[in-house]
Parts: sequence; C-alpha cells; structure tokens
Amino acid sequence: MVFKLEPRAVPSRVMIYQSPIIAVLLTLLAGMVMFRLLGTDPLQALDAFFIEPISTLDGIAELLVKAAPLILIAIGLSIGFQANVWNIGAEGQLTIGALFGGGLALAFYEFETPFLIPAMLIAGTFGGMIWAAIPALLKTRFNTNEILTSLMLTYVGLLILSYLIHGPLRDPDGFNFPESRLFHDSALMPLLIEGTRLHIGFLIALGVAIFAWLFIFKHVVGFQIRVVGLAPAAASFAGFKQKRLIWFALMISGGTAGLAGVIEVAGPIGQIVPVISPGYGFTAIIVAFLGRLHPIGVIFSGILMALTYLGGDSAQITMNLPSAVTGVFQGMLLFFLLASDVLIRYRVKIN
Amino acid sequence: MIIEFVIPALLTIITASTPLVFAAIGEIVVEKSGVLNLGVEGMMIVGAVGAFAVTVKTGNPYIGVIAGAFSGLLLSFIFGFLTLYLYSNQVATGLALTIFGVGLSALLGHEFVGQTINSLPKLNTPFFSDIRGLGPLVFEQDFMVYLSVFMAILVTWFLMRTRWGLALRAVGENHDAAHSIGFSVTLIRLFAILFGGAMAGLGGAYLSLAHTPLWVENMSAGRGWIALALVVFASWRPWRAFFGAYLFGGITIIQLHAQGFGVDVPSQVLSMLPYLVTIIVLVMISRDDFRIRISAPACLGKSFHPHG
Repeated sequence: MVFKLEPRAVPSRVMIYQSPIIAVLLTLLAGMVMFRLLGTDPLQALDAFFIEPISTLDGIAELLVKAAPLILIAIGLSIGFQANVWNIGAEGQLTIGALFGGGLALAFYEFETPFLIPAMLIAGTFGGMIWAAIPALLKTRFNTNEILTSLMLTYVGLLILSYLIHGPLRDPDGFNFPESRLFHDSALMPLLIEGTRLHIGFLIALGVAIFAWLFIFKHVVGFQIRVVGLAPAAASFAGFKQKRLIWFALMISGGTAGLAGVIEVAGPIGQIVPVISPGYGFTAIIVAFLGRLHPIGVIFSGILMALTYLGGDSAQITMNLPSAVTGVFQGMLLFFLLASDVLIRYRVKIN
Repeated sequence: MIIEFVIPALLTIITASTPLVFAAIGEIVVEKSGVLNLGVEGMMIVGAVGAFAVTVKTGNPYIGVIAGAFSGLLLSFIFGFLTLYLYSNQVATGLALTIFGVGLSALLGHEFVGQTINSLPKLNTPFFSDIRGLGPLVFEQDFMVYLSVFMAILVTWFLMRTRWGLALRAVGENHDAAHSIGFSVTLIRLFAILFGGAMAGLGGAYLSLAHTPLWVENMSAGRGWIALALVVFASWRPWRAFFGAYLFGGITIIQLHAQGFGVDVPSQVLSMLPYLVTIIVLVMISRDDFRIRISAPACLGKSFHPHG
C-alpha cells in the first residue's frame, strides 16, 4: 500500500476550515504520548491541561484575559502575512507599546481623569508602530529582510525594558526591586466582571477583529492586500504600490502589538515589570495561521491558544509538570496545522 | 603588555565565534540547495540541551557533541518532511521549528538546570603550545574550534569542487532543470537540510559544552538568527561566513571589556550591540540589490512539486 498525493483541480474550501480541527486532534493525540513519556496519566494530564482551568467563572475570565493580546496581535500579523510581509518582531513591538502606554501612566501618576486610559491606549499603539516603522523603513528604503530586522529589534526592545526598569522607571519606594510603581486606579483598564481580572481589553480585541474583517473585505486597500498575497504578479500589473503595502502591513501589526502591550500593563499586570509577555508576540504567529489569517477565525484560535497558557500553569501546579509544556504544545500544533494544510491543495490517494 | 591583553581577547573571540561558524556554514549548504530554513535558532537550542543532557548522563563531553549534532539533525528532519513531502510554506515551517525547539529544549532541560559538567577539554599540542602568545591561541583550543575551520574548508571544497556539490547548487538555482536531467531534487534537499540541522546542533553543543558549560533556558539568545543574517552577509560563501562570524565574535569583546576601559555604559546597551550590528550589516549588504540577486540561489524558498 502506497500513499500518494494527487493535486486537486481546485483548492478545497472545506479543507481550509477542516485542517485546523484535524491539527488540534492530532496535537491532542501527540500530547497524550508526550504526557505518557513524562510519566503521567495522559487522560488526567489532559484534564488538568484543558478542562480544569476553565471549569470556573474565574477560569473563563482568565482565559479571555490571555486571549485578548493574542487576538489583537494575530489580527495585525495576519494582515501582513497575507501580503507576504513577515513581521515576527511583535514581541518587541508589544514591549515598546507597553513602555509608551505605561510610561504615560507613570508620568501622570496622580492624575484622576477618565482620559488617561484612552491616551495610554493611543500611546501604546503609537509605540508599537514606531518600533515596526524601523523594519518598514529598512525594507522599503534598503530592501533589508524584515524577518531578521524585526526579530533583532525584539531583543533590543526587551533590553530597553530591562534598562528602564532597573533605572528610570523603578519604583522609588520599591526597595530597589526592578518594578515600577503600581498604576493609579485611573490608569487601570475598567473591569468587565468584578472579582475577576477580566477587563475591557477583550472587548477592544473583539472590536478590532470586526473592524479588520470589514476592512479586509470591504476596503480597497484590504482588497489589494489579498491580491498581493494570492497573485503578486497581478498586483504589480494592477499598479498597486508595493512599498505602501509594506508600510501599511507593518504599521497595522506594530500598532496592534503595541496596543496589546499597553492593555497587558494596564490590565492584569497593573505596573511595568521586567517580563511583560510570556511570548504572546511569537504565539500570535500560530494564532494567525490557525485562524486562517481571518479576523474572525483569529478570535477562536486566540481563545484556544490562551487555553494552552492556562493549561501549562495548571499542569505545573497540579501535576508538577514544567510549564515549558505549553511551548511544546504550541509548536506541535503549528506543525500539525502546516502538515494538514497539504490537504487543501492535494488529496491522498492509496495505491 | 600587548600580548597580555590581546591574547585573552582573541581567545574570547574564538569562543564566541565558533557556534556562529557552525550554524552559518550549515545554513549556507541548506540555502544553496534552495531551501530557506528559519529554524536555526530552534535546532541550535535543541542541540545545546541534547549535548548538555548527554554529557551529564555519560560524563563524556565528546559523546555530548555527537548527541548535540544528532538532536539538531532530528529536529531538521521534521522541517524536511513538512516542506519537501507535504509542500508546507518554508517561512512558516521554519518559524514553527524555532517555537517548537525553544519549548522542547526548556522541557527537556528542566531537570538539568543548575547542574555542572566537565567542559570540552582544551587540546595540548606538545612543543607548539609553548610558543609564547601564539601557542595557546593556535594550538591549545578544544577540538570543535579546529572542527569549525575544517568544516569551512570541507564545505567550500564540497560545493565548488565536487560533482555532488555542483548538483546541490544546480538544485538551488533551478530545480525544474535539475529534475529534468535526473537529479532527485527532494533527496538532495533533504540531505542538505539534515546537514544544516546537524551543524546547527554542533553550534548549540559548543554553547552548552564550551562557551558557558551550563544549561540555561534560551541560552542561544538569538544566535541562530544572527547566523541567518551572516549567510546573507557572506553572500552564501562559507569563508566569508567564517570571517563574518569572527567579526561578530569581536563585538562580544567590546561587550566584555568596555567597562574595563572605564566606559560608563549600561550593561543592557552593550548587550544590544550584536543585534544592532546585525541590523546595520544587513542594511549595508542589502542596499546593493544587484549583489543579493546574483549571489542568492534563484530557487531559495520555493517549494518543488515533482508533478508540475
């Protein structure tokens, strides 16, 4: 018996949506094997990883808290990925956004005004855009590969955070701990459900998703992005300005990453700390692919990936598994997704 | 006086450069075959943890080196299978390899945090080692430093002087033509990918066995990405990559000794140097669009579909 891949006449539309489901099921199977190898009961581990964390209201609130930044970043990234602009430095843009927004909160430390939060959100978005403007400028002006520059700038951004938090932004009454002051109440994201950490950041993420959806399918620039992704040659015949699209893709993805950064520091964290994100900027790459580069798909995949973070924490507490299991799960999921995607263009034939 | 300062500085440069030499030369072979594997960072960190774990268990760093190469090779096989047999996007698959590798290494290395090993021994060449200054520098390195020089020579010879090197370059320049004259594009690329994986694994092994003989999460700290930048910097030529790696190694000297010179710069600013220099170097190289276009393999990053 030999398996052979046979090209389909037309790419399967059904498989586009089935492939993520296949990938999730395969990841769960591989996860059970992994837990077995780690010496735990696979079913118990899966329960601890995927069921237990969301069996309470508090758990569901936490799930949405973690999903918000993932959804925001992934929306920006998926617009870029469609146009073949590979911004993989969202983690750095998130960090700079958090510093801009958080810096504003600390600058206006004792101000009681409802305008502070909106100003912080704008500042954070702007910060992320500035950080993404560097790869955009280098790409359009000097033809420099944006994958490498945006990633290098992530390391630089994290070091800037480290410098500021050990110096200028450190809490003057904080016994030299590398942490800023706790933000004032008017610099914290309003809560959606009292008693949990769920804040309006999740609604912002949903709003941005819907806006992006309308934009991609109704606006002419959104149309151009889709054409560039599907048929680059056609796009250049049609006279779409390649450079403008590169700028656009990087500004959008940098902006949403910066926004995600500020809602993290003004939301669940409430101050600036040395580690702001547990790798949301990289995980969002997986979220974007799993959500089929579609804003609405990204909402679902963002929630699913948020669950892997909660699961990692829960498995660490209840089963003493290292939290690094989360990263392994996320990597496996992307592998299985890329593998299943072959079925969009090919069908398996058994001879 | 000069010897007392210069020799230790050069020794530090060698240690910092060697992992980059392995990873960059491996990736040159991969890219010459027309495949862009962005997973170098992931293969390197898995190589580092594999080498460290096996050294802890066996007490023998040489077995550790082999384990490091093998770990990188195994990880690269996933990439090869997905991109060559399932036609997945090379950029996305490479990113997946890095995300997976970083997670996997943290999981595997969990129990080895804080353990110590005997680092890779320095060789001692009778007579030559006693030459003042030059002796320790040239004749008293660990064997991987010599191996890295040897690999640069071997890969240059293989690519430029052998039939199989020619086949590999042909596959990278025009896979359809290479296929039509009877070369197995997929198999040649698979071997190139596996070689690149083993080399990245060796680079990682050097990090955890010689550079800093410890296991620390994320200890590769972007070196895999710097190696990718070096490939572009070197215009896909092994020897240029070798010297490029030493240029980058040289930057670490500034990092380590700047404070010694009484320069008052925050340590974080010094740590940014390798990343900033990478960006600057890339800009300088890439602005010459023509040069990139003639030296980059024409089929770089494109999937090959044997049935048209």
